[in-house]
Amino acid sequence: MSGSRKLLGHAALLLPPFGWLTVFYLGSLSALLLSAFWQVDSMSGEMIHEWTLDNFRILATDATYRIIAERTIGIAALVTVTDIILAWPLAYVIARKVGPRMKLVLLVLVALPLWSSMLARIYSWRLILGHDGVLNWFLRTVGLPEQSFAFTNVALWIVFTYLWLPFMLMPLVSALERIPASLPDAAGDMGATPFQTFRTVIFPLAIPGMAAGSVFTFAVTLGEYVTPMLVGGAGSEFIGNVVYSNVGVSGNIPFAAAYSMILLVVVGAYMLFARRFGAFDGA
Amino acid sequence: MRGFSALFLATGCTVMVAQAHAADLPASIGKGEGNLNVVAWEGYADDAWVKPFEQQSGCKVHRKYVGSSDEMVALTRMGGGKGFDVVSASGDAALRLIFGKNVQPVNVSLIPAYADLMPELKEPLFNTVKGVHYGISYEWGPNVLMWNTKTIATAPTSWSVIYDKAHAGLITVPDNPIQIADAALYLSHTKPELGITDPYELTQAQMDAVVALLKDQRPLVKKYWALASDEVDLFKSGDAQVGAAWPYQANTLRAANVPVQDTIPTEGATGWADTWMISAHAEHPNCAYLWINHVMTPKVQAQQALSFGETPASTKACAEMDAAQPGACKQYHADASAAYFSTIKFWKTPVKQCGNGQSNCLDYAAWQRAWQQVKQ
Repeated sequence: MSGSRKLLGHAALLLPPFGWLTVFYLGSLSALLLSAFWQVDSMSGEMIHEWTLDNFRILATDATYRIIAERTIGIAALVTVTDIILAWPLAYVIARKVGPRMKLVLLVLVALPLWSSMLARIYSWRLILGHDGVLNWFLRTVGLPEQSFAFTNVALWIVFTYLWLPFMLMPLVSALERIPASLPDAAGDMGATPFQTFRTVIFPLAIPGMAAGSVFTFAVTLGEYVTPMLVGGAGSEFIGNVVYSNVGVSGNIPFAAAYSMILLVVVGAYMLFARRFGAFDGA
Repeated sequence: MRGFSALFLATGCTVMVAQAHAADLPASIGKGEGNLNVVAWEGYADDAWVKPFEQQSGCKVHRKYVGSSDEMVALTRMGGGKGFDVVSASGDAALRLIFGKNVQPVNVSLIPAYADLMPELKEPLFNTVKGVHYGISYEWGPNVLMWNTKTIATAPTSWSVIYDKAHAGLITVPDNPIQIADAALYLSHTKPELGITDPYELTQAQMDAVVALLKDQRPLVKKYWALASDEVDLFKSGDAQVGAAWPYQANTLRAANVPVQDTIPTEGATGWADTWMISAHAEHPNCAYLWINHVMTPKVQAQQALSFGETPASTKACAEMDAAQPGACKQYHADASAAYFSTIKFWKTPVKQCGNGQSNCLDYAAWQRAWQQVKQ
């Protein structure tokens, strides 16, 4: 009797979040799935509610969409790796080398850019990388050759790396913080060099932090379209840009839905991969 | 009534259809509803003529700017076409809006300025279907070649400069499927064996050649511009030095002291002719009619032409243009508009039916996919 009442209580507790998930998340997801099998009349713009695999056929046969998907995934992976490398020294210092007051100051500094508009931060990179921008002014002043990173995939790589660095840093800091001081001490007592201690003790224990950070950097870069639009050039299209131009510009929601399925699949696969490395263990 | 219309359509009795529609048209313009939602090209709803309109009519203008015809069509269709009242559609968008039943027939007798329109624009094929007017022609102009005179000293006379490796990384062209027509127009001169007669009517073989040319161009392109302001930024920062533009960008850049020049090259140019159209679901139809009447007055026609660098549709605008800026009437071709008009290949929606009676031309959906292939 009391057992079934308990069950009922649990169910009642679960109902609101579960209902929310069903309606808002699964609902929109299935609408997306469904519309991927429809088409739009190019003249009248009306949705044709007839089952067709045409959208998927175009995606499979036209090399354009494969190239764009490869570019998107490639740059997202590159940004993730770069952010891991850049985050390490700073995260290590914040987690293990400074006092609590300094730690707070550094963490606030890391989070500070997140308080301003992302759009403003991306535009400011245009001013830095532009032909007559800050970077070239600096290079001219010190007598180095000018560069033309503006509106290239290099610009994309730089700006993405900058944008998502805090999202890699934070999980890495918390992973490093959680390593008990006794472990590296023990390694040292056993005669390990500092590098050996890092390689065999600290690095492996920080892997869940990196995995958690990489879910942010990878998945968020993958779905981006604003940055490619603003700092990308010819040949910088992302999956998100194709989706944007099909929905916002030409009103072809079915095709956009079909293409965005790739994002769902890739992010899903990456989540499973990251989970094996303990990305979600701390949560 | 609708049943009758269908019957008349079926029998091809177009005059009767026009009359059937005429019965649905408003007979007079009532009092303004207080608001007007405008979807327009950047620079088409300027404070210079919006403010006086708001004061006279009491209709508060809410503006939404777009960067391409596709975006204009998508935006006006959003929510079934509710939420906007008037749109400044170009020829390549107008037919799509008409066939999509997004816009309503317009009673031209309620717009006195209709009488002063250039004859070519009284009932052009892109806004008048079977004798039914779906809007009032507004202004028009070419897509020009623009360059920075400081870095490109000798004035180019051919579109070939934007396909030339000598300018690699300094070129910008619009991010827009209809841009394919620019390349088709160029190829119709440089490769006559392709047999391109109309840059908006391309067979698959012709499209393949155009796409090949545009793919060769892609590595030379710094950035495809989506909004006019994008191109202005590119020329200001020095990232782009030559490209396809509207006279609007050239005017804006010259006003900002960037040394640019623009021209219609020897191959000719594509161009746009815009129409103010009223939403089929307009919530403020009276304000819509009041707006169209306001912007068709010679004064606004002249203001618009000068600020955007285009040619007015009203034949009465010439004097106003010269009054505002001596010589402007001639400069913007308002004095000899008919001859100038015939040199421009105006945007129209690509459809399967070619002009020669064949139906092996590519429709707009194919153009969109081709453009995506080009941009990659």
